[in-house]
Parts: sequence; C-alpha cells; structure tokens
Amino acid sequence: MSLLTALARVLAAETGRAQPIRTVRHVHLSGRPLVFIPLQLAGEACAPLAVLVGDDPGRPAMLTVHEPRDRTQRFDFAAALAEVILGYINSYSTVSTAPDQPYPDAPQLLVPNPQGAAFTRLLGRSTRFRRTDGEFAVKESVPLLGRWLSFYAERMEVPAAALLVPMTTVLADHWATGQSAAEDANLAALLGWIVPPPGMTGAAAARAAEDPVRFPPAGPATDPSFDNEVLEPRIRAVRAARVTGDGGALHRAQTAMEAALRTQLEPTWELMWRAIGLLRTIDEGAHVAERWQSDCWAFTSHVAHLRDGGFPQPRRDGAVAAAARLARLERDQQRLNVQRAYDDPLVMAEYRLTGEAFAGTVTEAQSDRLDTTGKRAKLRPWIVVETAEQVSAAPGTVLTCPARPGQAAEIIEVAPAGDLTHVTLQLSGGMGRALVPLPGSVPAAGETISYTTLRDDFQSAPRFPDREQTPWTHGGPPPEYVPPVSEDEAEDIA
Amino acid sequence: MTRLASPAELARAAADAIMADLSRANRGVVVDSPPGAGKSTLVVRAAAELAAAGERIMVAGQTNEQVDDLVGRLAAQLPQLPVGRLGARGYAVPERVAQLSNVQAATNATDLAACPVVLGTAAKWATVTEETPWPWAIVDEAYQMRSDLLLRMAGQFEKALFVGDPGQLDPFSTVETERWLGLSWDPMSSAVAVLLNHNPQIPVHTLPVSWRLPATAAPVVSQSFYPFTGFTSATARSERQLTWNTHAFGTSAFDLALETAAEAGWALYELPHRHTLRTDAEAIRACAGLAARLLERGASTSSERSAEPLPVTPSRIAIGTAHRDQALAVKRVLAELGVHGVVADTANRLQGREFDVTIILHPLSGRRDATAFHLEVGRLCVLTSRHRHACIVVARAGIPELLDAHPSVDPVHLGVPAKFPDGWEANQSIMSHLANWRVPAP
Repeated sequence: MSLLTALARVLAAETGRAQPIRTVRHVHLSGRPLVFIPLQLAGEACAPLAVLVGDDPGRPAMLTVHEPRDRTQRFDFAAALAEVILGYINSYSTVSTAPDQPYPDAPQLLVPNPQGAAFTRLLGRSTRFRRTDGEFAVKESVPLLGRWLSFYAERMEVPAAALLVPMTTVLADHWATGQSAAEDANLAALLGWIVPPPGMTGAAAARAAEDPVRFPPAGPATDPSFDNEVLEPRIRAVRAARVTGDGGALHRAQTAMEAALRTQLEPTWELMWRAIGLLRTIDEGAHVAERWQSDCWAFTSHVAHLRDGGFPQPRRDGAVAAAARLARLERDQQRLNVQRAYDDPLVMAEYRLTGEAFAGTVTEAQSDRLDTTGKRAKLRPWIVVETAEQVSAAPGTVLTCPARPGQAAEIIEVAPAGDLTHVTLQLSGGMGRALVPLPGSVPAAGETISYTTLRDDFQSAPRFPDREQTPWTHGGPPPEYVPPVSEDEAEDIA
Repeated sequence: MTRLASPAELARAAADAIMADLSRANRGVVVDSPPGAGKSTLVVRAAAELAAAGERIMVAGQTNEQVDDLVGRLAAQLPQLPVGRLGARGYAVPERVAQLSNVQAATNATDLAACPVVLGTAAKWATVTEETPWPWAIVDEAYQMRSDLLLRMAGQFEKALFVGDPGQLDPFSTVETERWLGLSWDPMSSAVAVLLNHNPQIPVHTLPVSWRLPATAAPVVSQSFYPFTGFTSATARSERQLTWNTHAFGTSAFDLALETAAEAGWALYELPHRHTLRTDAEAIRACAGLAARLLERGASTSSERSAEPLPVTPSRIAIGTAHRDQALAVKRVLAELGVHGVVADTANRLQGREFDVTIILHPLSGRRDATAFHLEVGRLCVLTSRHRHACIVVARAGIPELLDAHPSVDPVHLGVPAKFPDGWEANQSIMSHLANWRVPAP
C-alpha cells in the first residue's frame, strides 16, 4: 500500500466515506457490457449451479442446473449459456471491417469479483476439450464456449487488458475505503463505502452488507446457511420428483429451486449495474482507448483463429511459449504503469513521494543552446527547474515530462538552493529538425512542469528459440501436439 | 587419532572434487555456494583449467558490475590469457578493466574469436547468434538468473558450470501469475531449478567454508538458512577483531549496540513496539545514527587479511533495507548527518557484496502483517550475511509475536517443491538468536 493510499484509507475511516484515489478511470467500460454472475455448488471444483447473465439491466437471463452433480445436465447448461454468450460475442464479430483492421469494438464481460473470473477460467477449461461426437457427445457450441471463456480468462492475465473485468478489483483500484483489502473483496460492502445510502456512514453500510439475507454473497460461492436450509431441500425435492416421474411435481420443484436461487443472484445484479453507472460518471484516462484498441486486436485475432480452424488453447504452455508470454506480460505491465502515471496526477503523486518524479517551475530556459562538440551542431536546450520536492535521480539520468513524452531530458546538475532544489536539464528530441526549436516545444520560464524517471520507451521483443529448438536445459524439443482421440485422454488433468 | 581437516583443507578438497567432476561431465555441474564461500575464486580456477585444456569458454554473469569484477580477477590472475569482454551497445568499459593489457572489449562476439575466455552478461549472451556452440559455459549467480533467460542463451553452449548461492533472493517478476506454477520449465523460477528438473543426473556440489562470515555469524546463518548443507567459518573467533579507537563518554544506546556488536558479532537495536509506515522515521534515524556514531568513534578491524589493523571507512559500512523508499530515506538522513560514502541499499542490490559492518532495518519492523515479500527467506539471508565483522539489526519490538500471529499460509501447489527453511522458520530462528544481544532504544 502506498503512502497516499494509506492516507486515503485513514481519511475514509474518519469521514465514513470512501475516498477517490484516482482522478480518471483507468479501465475501459463498454457501452454494452455483458454482466455475468455465476454461482457454483459448494464442495465441487467446478459445478455450475446458476448464472444471471445479460447486457440489459432490465432483462437478465437466468440459467439453472437442477442437479448440479449430473454431468449431462452440466453440459446442457453449458449449451444454454453458450447461446447467450456466443450470441453476445457474435454481435461484435459480425460487424464488417476493412482487411487488416481490428473490429471497432469488442465484447466485454464483467464479473463481480476475481473468484468469478477464476470460475470463468475453470468452466472454459472443463468445456473446451469436449468432443462433439462419439460417447458423451456435447453440442457444437459447448467446446466453442469453452474456447471463448478460456480466451477471456487468459486475456485477463495481460496487465492492460479489459475484456474480462472483476468489478471489486476496479472499484478498489479507484477508491480507498476504511476497511481492509480482504473486506474490499465484498462487492456490497465496497459499494456501501463508496455510495452509502442517505443518512448512513460507509462503515454502517458495510456492516449492513454483511447480512447474507439482504446481500447474499456475490458468488461463485454461496452462503452456507442458504445451502443447508434452502438449497439442499429444494435439490432433494427435484430429485424425488424425478424418481417418481411426476411431471407436475418436477416442474413445481424446479420452479421453487429457481426462485430460491434468484434471491441469491438478483441483489448482486442490481449492485453490478449500480457500479457500472458509478464508473461511467468518471472520465476515461487518456491512454485507455489505446489499450482498448489492443483488446480489440486480441478479439479480432481470436475470431480469425477460430475461423481458420486453429487448435484450442493448450492445457499448459510449452517452455518457449511460457517464456515468450512472460516477456510480453512484463512489457505490458511496464507500459501500463507508465501510462497510468502519465494519465493521472494522483498516480504520479505516488512516484513524486518516492522521489521518482518531481514537479516544479521553470526558472531559466536557454532554448537555442547548441551542442557543437560533435561534427555537426545539435540543438540541446538547457532549462533549470526549481522544485520543493526531493529529487533522487542522479546527474546523467534521462527523465521524461508527461506533457512532452517525445522529449528526453538528461539531468546535468542537481543543486540545492535554500529549501528548494535547482535541477538543470538538457533537452533533446521533439523540437523539430531545425537548429531553432519549434514554438512551444521547449518549456518556457515560468511554466509549471513535472519530470519523471518513468519512460514508455519502445523495447524490441526478446528473441526466443523456436519450439523445435528448445534446449536441453529445458527438456529438449517437445512432442508434436496430437488432438486427443478418446474421452479419457481429454480428461487427463495431470 | 586423526586430525580434523582445517577449513582451508576442506575448501581445497571440495574444489578438487568439482574440478574432477567437471572433467568427466556430459552436461555440467552445479555448485551451491553459501555467502562468501569463494565462488569467484572457483570460477577463475575453472576458467583457467578449462582454458589450459584447450577449450573455449563463455562466462555469463548477471550484471555488468559482476562481470567486470570477474574480468578483473581473471585477467589479473592469468596475465598470459587473452580475455574477451562482450558488452552491449552503450556499455562503457570501466577504468579498472580498461587498464588490463590482456583484456579486449567488443560488442560483437566474432571480434573476440582470438580469446579463449569471453565474459558478458547473460542478457548479452542471449542476443548472440553464432553457428557453432561453445564447448563450455560458466554461469555465475545462476540462482539469481531466471529460467527464461537461460532458455534464450542455452543454445550457445554444450556443457556448463552453474555457480550460485541458493539461499539468496529468488529471481522475481513484475507480473503476478500462477499460470506456470508446477511446470518443470516455469519461466519465473531460477535457472538452476529448471536445469535440475530436466537433468537430474547433473552433480550438485556445495562449498563448505565461508571466507567472509566470521565465526560469530557462520553457525547462525548456516543453521537458519542452510540447515541441510551447512558450512563453517574459515576463521577462528580470535582472528577477527573489531576495536574502537575512542572510548564512549557515558553509555548511550547507540554506543551499547555498537559495543555489543563488536563483542558478539551481532546486536539487536530494539525500538519500542509500534505499527508504523514503511518509512518509519525513528527506525531510519536509528540506522543512519548508528552508522554516524560508528564513524564518529572510529573503528579498526584486524583480520587474516592484514597484519596491521585497518580503519573502518564509510565504504566498508552498509545499511540494508527491504524497500527502495526506505533506502532513499536512510540516504537522506545520512546526508543530513553529514555522513558520506556509507552504502544504503535494498537487499536485492546488496546481493553479492561484502562489508565490514552492516546495519539492517528488519523487513518486519513496525509491520501489522507478515506478507510473503517481507517473510521471504532470501531477503533476510542476504541482509544478515554481508558482513565480515558485525551486523546490527534495527527493529521494533514484537516481531516474534507478529510471526506467531501470521503462520505461513502460502498455498501449496502440485509440482512445486516446498521451500526449506521457509521464511517464517528462518525469521524465528534469527530472532531467537538476536534476543541474546538485545539493546533497547531509549
């Protein structure tokens, strides 16, 4: 926790209201997101119980598995879910687009919490290798749903991605509450702190949210008392009616079970759309659109991969694929950190507190200074920035100004001046090609400006050996992938 | 009655066994080296013997600083051997390397074809494209190298000697993901772990003697961090002395802590229990204040290295912290106190370095919780094993209680070997030892 966040949490506890810790929204929010609230059966690794899903707050679709341990019913449920989710995805992928261009928009899935996203991954993994022929065949749409859910779950690992977003993560990133991070994982309590009902403090609203009757857990785990006292008798009633073969009784029992599950899902549905409305009131950060563009690219290439008959995502990455993916993730993380700091003064403030950035006033500017030591004279203006903040960077360090990202500023000297510090900087780049800088490209005296060691410089991707060239230190070249021929092989989870 | 082997004999026997294995290895040899156990000496000896046998050797270090140190030692000990220094574009050859006549530096490996031994960072070697692989590689600090970097450079060599300290900080990544946990080629684990997963027949040797750690520290560090391999100190207690040039006037807590450390090799400067921010102003003042007081009183060391006592200069003192902002805060207070030249840095950056006296801010000092980062066994191991004479730990009271309230709850993953000792156990062990040398702050 940074110093600023700690302060904001103290303030929140004192004032009884969550404190905003960002000035802009750092995550893209679709105009028509798909809200997906799954529930699973307690004690099973991935037995879906019910979901509430939809892109219209007024018309959620509810799907239920009446006998969650029955695998046939589980995959029938997957087929029904596929209809909703694939229908939503297709509405984005059937838009016509110019060749070599991404789709203009991409489908976005919102889940209540990280556990919801983990459930999405598990459901994807358990369905993407299902066979559509032979024994235990499933509908064509089931493995396809599995591949899409796996795509969403894998994309969520990418630091800058916003295709699958857990709501509590986003809210806790933008507001600091007066409760612990573990308590922030409760959507109802978190929203209670951010927008408490009139006349209530955040703490009181969060306490009220602990009542599992009014605010049932946001899933996928259900409330244990609900399991024991409500759900279990209703599942048993469904089973009994099936054994007797009484159609009317079965229908009644199923309806009763659905009604009970609906009470567990609907409060979360309301909260999700309230949270969406809340996030929409905040302006998007400047780089969010650029990051969403890469999400659109990822979506576009997955559509093409499916269309071209590509393999499903492998169960595990090979040595080379894993290393290459890690390198990509690390570059994305670095870029995300820089972009967030550039977009948001409150994020930059955290770097200023640790000495990795400073803000001040330009006191002197030699905008036409030339460096004549080389063969050709080069334009290298010097400016002096006066700051009251600590500067930890040493001479020779290259800094960047968020307002002029294309311009490098090398520290020439850091000199104390009373309580203040004078930093002399040599500028290069972003001033045009002539030996006289373009107007406005060099900061003028009197200008308030900030500089940071954070740089979003392009790094070329590291070179990895081909898969077939995997060295002996990493087990040598892996065997060729052969699609599994039997159900048992597909089940292998070793 | 047979005479017990002296530390020097033990060390020589271990090195001879490694050399013998090296000459008959099909794939390579791994050498685990506890803190200050003569890792660089071994690398130089292996390079010399392999070169004498007519092999070409590539040597990979992790940072330019480490590689330059190795180049310096190798070129100085073997003045007849042409040594190549492979650097990335923008690498400036430092003065100490440039003045060695048998060293040739280049950015392209083909320009160094005449050198039997070529040294560079692992990151640089990963970019080299050569048709014929090198017969031998020596990988230094291999436990600090991530396996994905090994993947990129492993195509360059046929056999390799991997040397490193398994007790230090594991390599880390800026992204958090459990995606590859349990895979034998997890790109986030260390190069040695992945190598041994796939090549279990590779022999693993352990160096038995620490030349750096004094007799007061070796048993403590060995028991806490290397319970299965263990090592001894090369020097007897009487061989290392830290003495004061002046007498203290009265007895302040600083003086008491310094004298305890000089006497026992350890001191725990304990501040009253309190929950604090990471940059706990009192604890940071104490760290800087102890260093300032040490210099003010003036200290000398006598050891096996020199017959005459040597003064403890600022550059022989280090202040170690867990976080960068703590190190920055220490530097700021040092500057306010007018102390210059004392090294203040994080555990990550102190790895592989050696000082006479270290002052460390305990990673768990003033914390409300014990997270995996602050419990990490390598962090405490690095901090408590950098000194030749004494180590002073600055901490708030209540760390054993904090540990008791936070048993390790790290999830267990299939295929991931459990780490022994875990950070919890190592912290308890060190704290129970330090309790004997406690000096309460006023």
